[in-house]
Amino acid sequence: MKESANKGGEKMLQQLFEQVKNRVAMPIISGVTDRRLNVPQDLLYRCPRCGGVVLMEDFVRSHRVCGECGYHSRLSAPERLSLTADPDSFVEYDAEMRSCNPLDFKGYPKKVEQLQKATGLRDAVVTGECTIKGQRCVIGVMDSRFMMASMGSVAGEKITRAFERALDRRLPVVLFTASGGARMQEGIISLMQMAKTAGAVSRHSAAGLLYITVLTDPTTGGVTASFASLGDIILAEPKVLVGFAGRRVIEATIKEKLPDDFQTAEFLLEHGFVDRIVSRHEMRRTLGHLIQMHAGKGEESLGE
Amino acid sequence: MANKMTAWDRIQIVREKTRPSAADYIPMIFDRFYELHGDRLFGDDHAITGGLALIDELPVTLIAQVKGHTLEENKQVNFAMPHPEGYRKALRLMKQAEKFHRPVVCFIDTPGAFCGIEAEERGQGEAIARNLYEMMQLRTPVISVVLSEGGSGGALGLGVCDELAMLSNAVYSVISPRGFASILWKDPSREEEAANIMRITAEDLVELKVAEQIIPEPVGGAHRNPRLTASNITEYLRSTILKLNKLPIDILLQRRYDKFRLIGEYMES
Repeated sequence: MKESANKGGEKMLQQLFEQVKNRVAMPIISGVTDRRLNVPQDLLYRCPRCGGVVLMEDFVRSHRVCGECGYHSRLSAPERLSLTADPDSFVEYDAEMRSCNPLDFKGYPKKVEQLQKATGLRDAVVTGECTIKGQRCVIGVMDSRFMMASMGSVAGEKITRAFERALDRRLPVVLFTASGGARMQEGIISLMQMAKTAGAVSRHSAAGLLYITVLTDPTTGGVTASFASLGDIILAEPKVLVGFAGRRVIEATIKEKLPDDFQTAEFLLEHGFVDRIVSRHEMRRTLGHLIQMHAGKGEESLGE
Repeated sequence: MANKMTAWDRIQIVREKTRPSAADYIPMIFDRFYELHGDRLFGDDHAITGGLALIDELPVTLIAQVKGHTLEENKQVNFAMPHPEGYRKALRLMKQAEKFHRPVVCFIDTPGAFCGIEAEERGQGEAIARNLYEMMQLRTPVISVVLSEGGSGGALGLGVCDELAMLSNAVYSVISPRGFASILWKDPSREEEAANIMRITAEDLVELKVAEQIIPEPVGGAHRNPRLTASNITEYLRSTILKLNKLPIDILLQRRYDKFRLIGEYMES
């Protein structure tokens, strides 16, 4: 019976999804506000992985998964939440938090402002609480449209608070990671967010609580080298890019071209750094089950 | 000094070929040093040396990124750019220190963690992440000192500590000034300008509450008088170990958490 209720819910999500599709099918940040009726290239999706071309409509219907090779392309945070959380269950944390400019770096506030307008987000991470298939959890989603979801003070603080609240409320945490790494415009402050978030993960973990990481396209740099690699269970979407150093940096260092499958989810699975690769269509159910199988465990370890 | 040195001036000092490295300081600071090799998982990374050392009769676990002075030496230590097994060796030795209740001293001196195929295959990101996570909970005092260059996550992998000290000319940054200029301005030749706005000097970092202490170097830089620099480091370590050893461990861990917890600049409402 729970399943059928969820079917209805998923239809609703589907509709929601249709509404945002035009907005997100566009290339990122054009600065143009009205982009509804548009050029022919919007009718087709060209996969950056296999080069295959599919009808945009089919691509969007399959939740932005390439029909040719199965590459799971990027989703905006609202899209991800609507695909993951039970309808109307999401309550956002710290929605108003915005970055400062610790280096007084020229152009940074303006860039942030432009992206806030273009995306409707304040920064690169959305956090909050929701249920997934009825299982309550704290959730965080990174949005690559916002400066490639680089981690500065805001991302670091929001993720840290998400873990601290989850610890207070004894809830599991699910994080969908995506990031180009540390936000260089914030200098050393951004680097320190790695330690800060890892510290929050460690406290949450020490209380016996569950943390699931979902690696999405692309997860790299300082995010890979902090909370993204620290899940009790690390899932990844098919064909996504995950690594520490950028591909071009490595190619420049070793002076040779890297194989195509380097730093893919499959590469990480092969080398033992990912627990499972899970398709977008299976993600909700998988998360729901995994959380359910840990239900109550947090309380049990409260021995003291 | 009357005329204030810029970050770029300091980088020039730090890049001096004769600037002392961890390998030079270790015998001057510690009465005894037994190097302990290997991560017990894959291999022994020469970019990070670690082991058991004595300072004033007190045993500590020392972990240091080691630069060479010549090309030959630098090839040996991979220019102090660790692979994952370097971070895992460091973690193994830190856990050992925790078991035997001795303080951990980390000397940071790296351009960054190595970027290469094997480093990715063996999980460079995971290795650093694991160190951050474990160091935050390590139940023994951790003191980190940036000797010359703290390069990004590669430095932070030895930098989650109760106190961070910087030699007075040392720099610590999220990316090299060259990388910063290259990525943000698409112009690597603006390296100097980048260095001077990135807030990477010891004073900057104390102001930003990333570092707690500045260890003075002789005028002109550490290479002018390595012995004096070493004795300044010794004095700092001696007093800091004494101070941290007095704190109950749970208070120490809370302070360590708060030190990083408070870093960040954001607005709400």
